[in-house]
Parts: sequence; C-alpha cells; structure tokens
Amino acid sequence: MSPLPSLSGQAAIIGVGQTPFTRGTDCSTLELHLQAALEAIKDAGLTPADIDGVMPNELAGTIAEDFILNLGLPALAFSSTIRTGGASFVSAIQSAALAVAGGVAKNVLLVAGRRGYSAQRVSLTSEGAIAPHPVMRHMDEFERPFGNTVASQWFAQAARRHMHEFGTTSEDFGRIAVAIRGHANLNPRALMFEKTMTLEQHQASAFIADPLRLFDCSLETDGATAIVISSVERARDAKKVGVPILGVGEGHGSPPTSITQKRDFTRIEGLEVAGERAYAMAGLGPDDMDAAQIYDGFSWIVLASLEALGFCPRGEGGAFVRDGRISLGGALPVNTSGGLLSEGHCSGANLVSEAVRQLRREVEAERQIADCERIIVTGEGDFHEGAALILGRSA
Amino acid sequence: MSEIDSESNESPAVLRPEVPRTELSQGFWDAIEKGELAFQRCAACQRLRHYPQPLCPECHSGESDWQTVEGLGRIYSYTVAHRAFHPAWTDHVPYVIATIELDCGVRMVCDLLDVDPDTIEIDQRVQARFQELPGQGVMPRFEVID
Repeated sequence: MSPLPSLSGQAAIIGVGQTPFTRGTDCSTLELHLQAALEAIKDAGLTPADIDGVMPNELAGTIAEDFILNLGLPALAFSSTIRTGGASFVSAIQSAALAVAGGVAKNVLLVAGRRGYSAQRVSLTSEGAIAPHPVMRHMDEFERPFGNTVASQWFAQAARRHMHEFGTTSEDFGRIAVAIRGHANLNPRALMFEKTMTLEQHQASAFIADPLRLFDCSLETDGATAIVISSVERARDAKKVGVPILGVGEGHGSPPTSITQKRDFTRIEGLEVAGERAYAMAGLGPDDMDAAQIYDGFSWIVLASLEALGFCPRGEGGAFVRDGRISLGGALPVNTSGGLLSEGHCSGANLVSEAVRQLRREVEAERQIADCERIIVTGEGDFHEGAALILGRSA
Repeated sequence: MSEIDSESNESPAVLRPEVPRTELSQGFWDAIEKGELAFQRCAACQRLRHYPQPLCPECHSGESDWQTVEGLGRIYSYTVAHRAFHPAWTDHVPYVIATIELDCGVRMVCDLLDVDPDTIEIDQRVQARFQELPGQGVMPRFEVID
C-alpha cells in the first residue's frame, strides 16, 4: 500500500476579508460576517456562486444556512463547525484543506468574529456572554459554583504556576503586551493604533485575576474576518500571490474539560502536539519561521505557546521575550498586527489574515517583515486545545 | 465525617451559580451532604478520578464505586480575583480561587473567602470543611492550616 499523499502544499488561502475592529456597531454578528465574507470572496477573484464549502465559527453562533440564505450559495457541498473555542479557526483550516485536497469542495469560506463589545462582553458578566458550550459541563458543575467563572481566572492559575516553577514574572508578560502594542501602533486597522504602552504602564494596570493585569487581557471588539481556501492550482490562477498551506495540525489536551485537572497545566499540550504535526507535515522546524502569529487571548498564552512550539525550551519563555526578539526587527516578530491584545479579538482569525497579508507584502511598509517566506499561526482554545498552521508564499 | 457548618456570611439575596448535579456525580454530592469527600474509583483498576465520567480512561471499565478520602491537601495554584464576573462574588473581591491537590492526588477548585489573599502561597497545606451555603445545600470549602 502506497503512503497517503501529504496535505502539505495542496491547498492555499486565496482570499481575505475583514470588517473594521470597533467598540460598538450597528450591525448584527451575521451582518459583520457577511461583509467580511463578501470581501474575501472578491479578494479571491470569485463570486459567491463559486463557494461550495462553508465553515461557520462556533463562538459566533452563525450557521451554514445563514450563508446559503444570504449569499445565495447554489451548490454547497461541505459544511462543518469545529468546537475548540479559540483554536477553532485554525483547526477549521485543516478541515477546509482536507475538503479541498479530497475533492469534496473547491472553494471553502471560513468566517469568524464576535460582537465582543456590543453583545458578548465577557468583562461585564460571566452569564450568557458566550453561548453555553457542551465542553463547559465540568466547569459548570465543579468550578463555576466556586467562583472560577471566566477565562482570565482559569489562565491566571496556569500563569501563576508557571511563575512558581520557572521564575517567570509579570514583567515578562508585560514585555509581550508591550511588544505587541508596538506593532498595533504601526497598524491603522488596530483598535490600539493610537495608544502606546510602556512596561511601566503595563505594571501599573489593575489586576483582573492576579497575576493577569488588564493589559495582559485581549480586547473586547466587534468585527469579523473571512478567508477562502482553494486548491493550489486555483491559487495560481488568482491575481494575488498564493499563500499555500505548508503544514497544519490540531491537538487536544487531556482532560479537555478543565485546565485545573491537567497534570501539568503550565504546558499548552494541545498546541505542542499541533505544532509537531504542522512542522512534520511542512518538513520544517521553528528555526525556519520568519514570524509567528500566536493566539494571544492573554499574554501568558503567548509565552507558553513559544515554549510549546519549540522556539525556546520549557520554562524559558520569560527569557526569550526579554531582549526585543519578538518585536518587528527582532529574530521572531510575534503578532505583527497587534493581535488579540491590541488589534482586535476576532476569535484568532485576524492572526491568519495578518499572516496572509505579510506573505503577500500587503501591509504598511514599516510593518512589513522583509522577505518573509514562512509564518506560523496558532489557535488556542477552551482548555489548552491547540491548532498550528504554517503558511508559505508561492514562487 | 465532618461537622457541617450551617453559618454562612453569604447573602441569600445573590446566590452562587446553581450546581447542575448529574446522575453521574450523585455519589460525590451525597458524600458532601454528609460532610465527606468521596471520589469515583474504578472498580477494575482502583484508579480515582474526578470530575465524574462514565469510563475509566486507563482501563475503560464502566464499573465504579465511591471512595471516601481524607480532606487534606495543598494549594497547587491560585489566582486572586480582583474583579467579580458574577454578582455572588461582588462583595468578596479581592478573593482567592485555588486549585487544591488532595493527598490522594485528586484536584478540586474552591474559592477561599475568609483569608487575606496576600498570605496565600503555592504548596500551603489545606483542609476540607463543609458548609451549608444559601440555596446550595452543603458545599465543600477549604481552609489553610499552615
């Protein structure tokens, strides 16, 4: 029996669309999704009738039927929704690439983004801010009634344990937040474009869930991002530079229903596995990456993700971010758009759009990573679930 | 079996989120009502597990019973919540949310409302106690013992 063909290089991202990131909107979540979708389809050089696959995002609550109705999709052949919270969007790219490579669909539309400010605002309440998910049943019975109600509190305990075991500090988290803010200050799309941040300001920001401060937490924004995935052959016909999927992987930690029940909750084990799979598929390693767009729901997740992806040994994430290495101009620029911490929280989809734009050389000159050829993008969701994606650039 | 504390300084006007008890977890909550900690134990390989689930992830036996354990353990990690995301904790901020690792190896999560957050450290010893809370029945609580 001959080995199965690798998924590497078979599918590509050929279109990107995005609404502005705002605090406040007159649009419904679905309307934001439709705006982003139409822009992505146009960017891909397609019309809605060409879309035969749709992957709605779990966190937004939209369904394939919404897109059939509003975009008038005549021949949908594939639809699926991944349920790993913030890892869903990157995991969905794996499924979309499989659908395209397997000939089930030709052009798959992925859309994500919430009204994180106008509707699903987690800073105001834990009740109903995000639709109930089946994966929360253990949290609802054994943690929420004991005051462990929101993500900042769950991840704070992981960050605290990391500090205890490895000597990581709040300043280390601050250096991540400040570096990423610096990138947002170069990105007119970023909600924090005009607001600078110093390490002193980070250290003066209020604790939300100690050790996580306000500036360690991602933004609450309204907005949506969409992409179109097609075969690499179709990407060659598109007007824009193709962005092939060189490697992709997902990983699920265990137990997957609570961070506190994991034997070692300082490790994002789902992302470790996802990263290994993506590297193996691409035949590449961490040293081959020109930049990383890392899911940054909280600053600590970036630090632990750098360890999980092998950019530094376990426990050395704090040292890794200390000398400007993750800023533009450093050895591994991280979250060059401003990420979820400073551009907007689009369920991680804006990390993918940023990677595509960097590889297409479409971003502002001062933000463009010179000659970048390969970028790794991650998702982290629920309780240390992970997804990793390695994007390249067609010759 | 421990004494159950029926005094609580929690307001009956703002209740904690209700515990959605299930048939699977009934043994745990029944023990709590009696002032005991009991966890699911695989009848085949004797492995303790929490939170309750139908199959043992090690040997896949679906048979289990409830093993009573000592309520002694240590703080594995914690956070100090400076903002309440549910009204039941509004009057308690800043409050500690701790992950307790019991000496039997099982972990539980509990808020510690009667301590100065500045005195909490990882590895501090804790002991379970049991308290009747408004609208909740008896709930497990933990206190620092060193």
